[in-house]
Amino acid sequence: MESKSPELEHPKPAFGWAARDQSGLLSPLKFSRRETEEKDVAFKVLYCGICHSDLHMTKNEWGVTQYPIIPGHEIVGIVTEVGSKVEKFKVGDRVGVGCMVGSCRSCDSCHNNLENYCPKMILTYGAKNYDGTITYGGYSDIMVANEHFIVRIPDNLSLDVGAPLLCAGITVYSPLRYFGLHKPGMHVGVVGLGGLGHVAVKFAKAMGVKVTVISTSPNKKQEAVENLGADSFLVSRDQDQMQAAMGTLDGIIDTVSAVHPMPPLLALLKSHGKLVLVGAPEKPLELHAFALIAGRKIVGGSCIGGMKETQEMIDFAAKHNITADVEVIPMDYVNTAMERMLKGDVRYRFVIDVAKTLNP
Amino acid sequence: MAKSPEEEHPHKAFGWAAKDTSGILSPFHFSRRDNGVEDVTIKILYCGVCHSDLHAAKNEWGFSRYPMVPGHEIVGLVTKTGSNVMKFKVDDRVGVGVMVNSCKSCEYCHQDLENYCPQMIFTYNALNHDGTKTYGGYSNTIVVDQHFVVRIPDSMPSDGCAPLLCAGITVYSPMKYYGMTEPGKHLGIVGLGGLGHVAVKIGKAFGLKVTVISSSSRKEREALDRLGADSFLVSNDPAKMKAAFGTMDYIIDTVSAVHALAPYLSLLKTNGKLVTLGLPEKPLELPIFPLVLGRKLVGGSDVGGMKETQEMLDFCAKHNIAADVEVIQMDQINTAMERLAKSDVRYRFVIDVANSLAQSQL
Repeated sequence: MESKSPELEHPKPAFGWAARDQSGLLSPLKFSRRETEEKDVAFKVLYCGICHSDLHMTKNEWGVTQYPIIPGHEIVGIVTEVGSKVEKFKVGDRVGVGCMVGSCRSCDSCHNNLENYCPKMILTYGAKNYDGTITYGGYSDIMVANEHFIVRIPDNLSLDVGAPLLCAGITVYSPLRYFGLHKPGMHVGVVGLGGLGHVAVKFAKAMGVKVTVISTSPNKKQEAVENLGADSFLVSRDQDQMQAAMGTLDGIIDTVSAVHPMPPLLALLKSHGKLVLVGAPEKPLELHAFALIAGRKIVGGSCIGGMKETQEMIDFAAKHNITADVEVIPMDYVNTAMERMLKGDVRYRFVIDVAKTLNP
Repeated sequence: MAKSPEEEHPHKAFGWAAKDTSGILSPFHFSRRDNGVEDVTIKILYCGVCHSDLHAAKNEWGFSRYPMVPGHEIVGLVTKTGSNVMKFKVDDRVGVGVMVNSCKSCEYCHQDLENYCPQMIFTYNALNHDGTKTYGGYSNTIVVDQHFVVRIPDSMPSDGCAPLLCAGITVYSPMKYYGMTEPGKHLGIVGLGGLGHVAVKIGKAFGLKVTVISSSSRKEREALDRLGADSFLVSNDPAKMKAAFGTMDYIIDTVSAVHALAPYLSLLKTNGKLVTLGLPEKPLELPIFPLVLGRKLVGGSDVGGMKETQEMLDFCAKHNIAADVEVIQMDQINTAMERLAKSDVRYRFVIDVANSLAQSQL
């Protein structure tokens, strides 16, 4: 039996921008959302952040993309409808959805509030729902999701600058805590000053941690130190600077997704230091066993965070006035925005003004 | 001009040394320092042959100094104690492992982590504070600061205990540090050699389920029947490996040759930890996706501090854990090294120094 078109799959008409092939170019698409079931929350999308993952997926760089694909997993808006069994939200609430819209809710990971590591976790876009249809993300006018995967956005956190926290924010917040790099007085390095990196600096500073930004571009130093509050800045290509900083860091959050050398980063760590990768290079990196063994160092990875921790992160951000630095754009600028993001030409996240500029 | 090894120090000593990168060992006359106020002089009874001895004798890591007397799994009897030494007396049975000194004043030394002190001095192939080389346990006597000497529990056999001074602490320390001590959890051990076989015994003593992962199926019966492992996984059987994906809480990787990490990362559950202990001379390839998607980590570990080394020996004594050894004569050492390079030993050679070294002295 032929599967239904995106427009006919579900009962609620919806509209968004989708990529239709590996060029990754986005253009308008009519599709549909499911009815608001008893545990669902439906909301009108106001803003959606553009994550680098959106670019990887629209261009099928990971080989898993099914077209058409509507990206977007930094989604914020206002609740328009709640299912009959929804307890946590009501119409008019300010809410957000991040990278996940479903999980099995019964495995060890789900029971430990680690839905992000559930083997049956369903991504917000480009993944298969339990009913066999594909999930569509936040470059669209409405969202429907199970209340478990919705976070509340506190009133004092503006939606446009809060949206990127739903992916970028939790992606750096979770490992800062899991790897114990959140303790006041610690010294943490942040590699890469982009969407993830700039938010990592802000969270770490709010946790009382001393922060050094490590970047290939010397021209980001002033920004890092004066605007973002970093304590110092290391140009990774400058051997002398890197040498002088050897053995000074308790941990490093590495946001760079291109292939890059690990040994200089491991050398920056003190003994017992931890290098945590949140960007995922597609080729393996070289690991010198001596570098880990001689100082009992660790290389680890992390992938977003569970729903409980995502809410905790949002509340922490609201309390400490942590917001993303964004460039708000109209929907039809999205292809240009993607090109600029590829060149790192954004300070530091594009956010689509969906409500005002997504017009069918 | 620097003095000869024989003249450097006041007390004559004799051992076997590697003289060049061939790694071939032969008789060697040298000398030991006077027994200082903090020192203990030890007549060496046994010394384990660690794979590091082979790496170092052949300069595989690039920092060997010749002549080199290897050996850092030393068991012997105290023959002299300095005036400040209260912990030991003559005739005590003691051990010396991988270190003979550290700065004693840094944050690591203060936390009983002498092994991470930036000024830690290795038992052999390192420089003492006076600029002379340290010589290890393939010799008749050694003089060591009391802080770096451990007591051998009475119930332990000297030969079976010697390898614990490196192999034992090398696996015990990361098992504690990385939290691999929760009964019922599943530990995979890659490589069934000197480190691996001790890890099986200690893992079982911690109440863990233990799977040995090895490239040779011929080790299966040994692993299950004699060492007490719960299961055995042949690493080059793709179907069996796949069936075991996502089943292990931790993995200890003892393999000293270059090898792929990806298959072992797949064996780990989410939040799993792989600890790498072997020291290959070339880099390993680390795939990042599995670390990120499963919040997994790869960590290292380097022997253990002195306090933990004593704790490990006492733990082993309590649980009747000793190494499985093949005792050899000093003059068989070169053959033993060749066999070690081919993993042809169950599971550690131990040199019967007291009974065979003198015979090789001219």
